[in-house]
Amino acid sequence: MSLGLLLLLLLALGALGFLAGRQRALAAVRGDARDLHSLPGYYGQTVALFATVPALLLCLVWLVVQPAIVERSISALILPEDITAGSSLVLVMSDVRRIAEGMDALAVAGAASEGEIAALVGQPDALKERLAQTGVALAAPILPHIAEAAQVWRAQTALGGQIMAAAVLALAVAGFLLALWRIAPEFRARNVVERFVRVLLVAASSVAILTTIGIIFSLVFESWHFFQLYPARDFFLSLTWAPKFGGGSDLGLWPLLWGTLYVSFIALLVAVPIGLMAAIYLSEYASPAVRAVAKPAIEVLAGIPSIVYGLFALMTVGPFLRDWFAQPLGLGDSSSSVMTAGVVMGIMLIPYVSSLSDDIINAVPQSLRDGSYGLGATQSETIRQVVFPAALPGIVGAILMAASRAIGETMIVVLGAGAAAKLDLNPFEAMTTVTVKIVSQLTGDTEFASPETLVAFALGLTLFVFTLGLNILALYIVRKYREQYE
Amino acid sequence: MNDMRLTEKVVTETAKITARGVQVHYGTNHALKDVDVDILDKTVTAFIGPSGCGKSTFLRCLNRMNDTVASARVTGRIEMDGQDIYDPRVDPVQLRAKVGMVFQKPNPFPKSIYDNVAYGPKIHGLARGKAELDEIVETSLKKAALWNEVKDRLAAPGTGLSGGQQQRLCIARAVATSPEVLLMDEPCSALDPIATAQVEELIDELRAQFSVVIVTHSMQQAARVSQRTAFFHLGHLVEYGETGHIFTNPTDPRTEAYITGRIG
Repeated sequence: MSLGLLLLLLLALGALGFLAGRQRALAAVRGDARDLHSLPGYYGQTVALFATVPALLLCLVWLVVQPAIVERSISALILPEDITAGSSLVLVMSDVRRIAEGMDALAVAGAASEGEIAALVGQPDALKERLAQTGVALAAPILPHIAEAAQVWRAQTALGGQIMAAAVLALAVAGFLLALWRIAPEFRARNVVERFVRVLLVAASSVAILTTIGIIFSLVFESWHFFQLYPARDFFLSLTWAPKFGGGSDLGLWPLLWGTLYVSFIALLVAVPIGLMAAIYLSEYASPAVRAVAKPAIEVLAGIPSIVYGLFALMTVGPFLRDWFAQPLGLGDSSSSVMTAGVVMGIMLIPYVSSLSDDIINAVPQSLRDGSYGLGATQSETIRQVVFPAALPGIVGAILMAASRAIGETMIVVLGAGAAAKLDLNPFEAMTTVTVKIVSQLTGDTEFASPETLVAFALGLTLFVFTLGLNILALYIVRKYREQYE
Repeated sequence: MNDMRLTEKVVTETAKITARGVQVHYGTNHALKDVDVDILDKTVTAFIGPSGCGKSTFLRCLNRMNDTVASARVTGRIEMDGQDIYDPRVDPVQLRAKVGMVFQKPNPFPKSIYDNVAYGPKIHGLARGKAELDEIVETSLKKAALWNEVKDRLAAPGTGLSGGQQQRLCIARAVATSPEVLLMDEPCSALDPIATAQVEELIDELRAQFSVVIVTHSMQQAARVSQRTAFFHLGHLVEYGETGHIFTNPTDPRTEAYITGRIG
């Protein structure tokens, strides 16, 4: 039975469960829903949930566990002589998997019957040819023993699938019947549904948190590998970045970190004043009609993909800055520069700063403004001396959030700032950032065991620690600010 | 004070503020209908009436705080010392320095106690140096009967004070710009009885320097602190006169119904 059909059956069982549960609850009180503990729909939902959720969970677990078990039993079949020189167990196993998938494809397309496939196992060359016809191309010749392993693989996977379908359906029916049997007027179906909702919500937030933890672990693990191959002292203290894909690279963090911080600094220099003033205008001066148009218009900026900003930097801002500032001032003649990337990134960050600050300024109680007006202060005096100081911690939080976004930005820098890793003060020089180098170290045909590739993870970890620190600081400041009015 | 209409209205000392035919609309809502009042100098005037009767609206006309509400429209004539305060030549910002206001909920700025009081004098340039500013802060806090409690911690944040202290800080803040009139919009409604008693005592002392207008929901409070009382009902000024007279011998049946607790 295919997985799609199984899921469809489960859904049908759930729908049926809903109707049956509802019906049975109503029947138990002779149609007078007031005698039930919960509304009839809740009894229906209870049966539907009992029928589908445990079965779906079993299905999910099975799908994760079964391949691992099959893989282990097949690995045991592989003999040492099956692993040719230069190959490894992992590569052989992936061949087995591909052959098995190819055989499945043959069977599904109707190109060969099961009998023919079984016969082909004995003739590796013919098998290879047939597989190539279905689009599964194998480099090395197939060993007969490997083809047999693939056949076993297929058999075990198919058997597992059948057992799973049976088990899942049995569980679904059991849940269905159990829930239906438990229905009585005093059964608290409403509370059961409530608990299910709660578990669902907890599961959703756990996915987010567990993913974060997983990402951190993978970063730490790969960075650990990197530091086994390359001394940490050189990475953190060296001032040169010169990767060579033959070995003997200089992988110093500083030129990249400097580029990141320099570009982010210029971006904030652009975004903070403009964003803040826009926020003040929107929250304090703009009439509701203007605000209704202007606020979404500014937020549109946040919806533009950063690659589009990158193009803007490459095609418009870069040449403009070069022709009108860098060349006349004798500061360089590169259109890729820290300035270009910084200015464009600043424009991208304006809506972050303005939107967050606008919310924060709006949260300052009207009574403070009234107090200030009541003392004869003008609007701008009120904003400068009362509203702004009151909102300051929140605004600092907003700026830090914008900063952590600037640090993580990649596309604008690739297109706007260039790829040269240097330590320079001239903002019209091309420089590069940590994110850009992560991309360039991982693209292309590279081996995943050299320090030149693994350095990407160490860079990623550095960046992560940086932005995490900024975010924690921002959250701390914002929270402190909230307490002030509560 | 040579307004002819004034003499026929009230027979008394000097009127600080005279209001004639004041109407207020909030959008389509007619909040205040044709109100005539004379607010006397160096007197406490209480505005009483059920919620939504227009008393706070009228109070906010007196320092043009209604200007900050976009939908509000004020018509009629309000004069302070014979000058129409709605005249285009009058700067509402300057007016509010002369007509101070204390709000229902204490609203100290998130600044130090000192800076809260110094705020008004600073923006209006009232002090000619640090020493003079210190003096204004000290006198204002003394007038608001708060000096002894806070003199050792002027740098502490104003928001850290208790509710009653905060309200007295707001009064000190209003007093610091040397206003001629002090408007108080239910200044004790967020305070406990002890703090209320302190503020009431303070209001009585402030009367010596300027006229005080207080909006209150407590008739006992109106009777305790005011010399004159105005009763508002459904946007109309129903009755206005000496406090003792209003409370013992009201002319209008609606006033009597309100003070005896039958309406409102």
